[in-house]
Amino acid sequence: MVQQAIPEGQATPRAYDIAKIRRDFPILNRDVASGAKLVYLDNAATSQRPVQVIAEITRFYRDHNANIHRGVHTLSQEATGLYEGVRETTRAFINAPEAREIVFTSGTTEAVNLVAHGWARKFLQPGDEIVATELEHHSNIVPWQMLRDERGIELKFIPMLADGTLDMDAARELIGPKTKLLAVSAMSNALGTILPLEELVPLAKAHGATVLVDAAQAVPHMPIDVQALDVDFVAFSAHKMLGPTGVGVLWGRFELLDAMDPFMGGGDMILTVTTEESTWAEVPAKLEAGTPNIGGVVGFGAALRYLDELGMDQVRAHELDLTRYALARLGDVPGVTIYGPDNAEDRGGVVSFSLEDVHPHDIGQVLDDQGVAIRAGHHCAQPVMAALEVPATARASFYIYNTRDEVDSLVSAVEATSRMFGTG
Amino acid sequence: MTATRDLESGGSLMDDLYREVILEHYRSPRNRGELDTPTCSADGANPLCGDQIHIELILDGDEIVDLKFSGEGCSISQASASMMTEQVRGHDRDHAQAASDAFQQLMLTGEPGEFDLGDSEMLAGVAKFPARVKCASLAWKTLEQALKTDSTEPVTTDERTADHG
Repeated sequence: MVQQAIPEGQATPRAYDIAKIRRDFPILNRDVASGAKLVYLDNAATSQRPVQVIAEITRFYRDHNANIHRGVHTLSQEATGLYEGVRETTRAFINAPEAREIVFTSGTTEAVNLVAHGWARKFLQPGDEIVATELEHHSNIVPWQMLRDERGIELKFIPMLADGTLDMDAARELIGPKTKLLAVSAMSNALGTILPLEELVPLAKAHGATVLVDAAQAVPHMPIDVQALDVDFVAFSAHKMLGPTGVGVLWGRFELLDAMDPFMGGGDMILTVTTEESTWAEVPAKLEAGTPNIGGVVGFGAALRYLDELGMDQVRAHELDLTRYALARLGDVPGVTIYGPDNAEDRGGVVSFSLEDVHPHDIGQVLDDQGVAIRAGHHCAQPVMAALEVPATARASFYIYNTRDEVDSLVSAVEATSRMFGTG
Repeated sequence: MTATRDLESGGSLMDDLYREVILEHYRSPRNRGELDTPTCSADGANPLCGDQIHIELILDGDEIVDLKFSGEGCSISQASASMMTEQVRGHDRDHAQAASDAFQQLMLTGEPGEFDLGDSEMLAGVAKFPARVKCASLAWKTLEQALKTDSTEPVTTDERTADHG
């Protein structure tokens, strides 16, 4: 038996033991180039990985490594069991109906492109409309623009309001009978805005549209139940939720995945191949051509188990506390402008901000000297920057291991930046 | 409260990067604005950071009679533009090219060479921050482009055309 099972249910809710969590992430103890202690607040870009995930990957390559789905030998069967076990772990994590509806990809970007190439390209006709929002990450914009230009479909964007929330009046106008696909983020990576899926999805469903959710920022940070959301496709990445890079997930309703064309042809996705033609394997193999990132997927399984043991409700509560604290403390620094919803409850653990007369790249540079790692730039969400009429912002983003002390470090470093540039 | 590292004390990498002269040029840029009758101009951008520079020149023969810059970006990109205008204003093309070459050398080595670059030499500390060399070089690259009077092609200090992601 090589597959570790997820503990059944939540036995007794445990206290959120931050010291214990931090011990699982040795990287948090390192210093940065300047000698300052690391304060890692760039979790919306990628999270850190706990020793459990690193050990799982090491264990796979050390003890079980083989290619999957094609060997009768012991190692191949163990590797296949581990890989397929994570499909079930993933299913349970997002409460998908069936494990075969979980397609492993290289990340959210490939997952969205898989839907664009395999589903939308096949079923959308010229004149059909795709509706997205101005809050999308580029990975949920560019694939649709490419398809629009190839297929003559229309692409519309629901505008963002000044407070970083969605213009729902415009949404009701834009989503209509021609809408065939609503491609929407569950949470903005640039501002942290949690999008009102409970309002948007019924609008799309009322017109028979298919709904794809970019959940790259949501699945790592809050409980997500794909059946309760009543959506059709959900995409997310392992590396933003304690797992390795190079692993992502597309969940889709079986009948949609089954109707899709393969995105890539090759090994592992076929039933039969002659020199004249090939027939496809069943879902999900049909959509996973070639040798996948087996070790990465196995490591992702350990990440899912880690989060499941913490409890996603607890993860959300912890981040909400940090976000509330950061909004209050950073908001008190003279010259600081915070973007996005005022209420912490309306955002994930992301605080995007600017400092008067100091460019975000300069903020990022001075903060790094203080050990504080944030992201400065457009966050791969240029339409959000355009709507805010800023070239870039500085963004701090939190995860399970961050503390109020680290928010204090952020605030101190921003104050130091302000003093240095003579703005405070 | 967590201790804040002292940014104002001497000797740190931060002090090398953000010299007071640089911050002073950033706060009070020289030759910022637009010319009424430019003879040539060029746009430069650093897509990675979003730095943007527009440079206008009045050339009389080979002499740069006047030049101004506008744009927005980080302190390094804007201070470097301000310093650059002081270096080349009133000089000829050959001098401007030699200054630009000397600046590129400064960004490679972190050490001023024979050529006197004036305040621009204060940007030597940028050489230790490879990600910021593009910010500092933008104004000089854009100047070179403007001096090719028949060219109005925008320049970039980044070989990539877009930020990742």
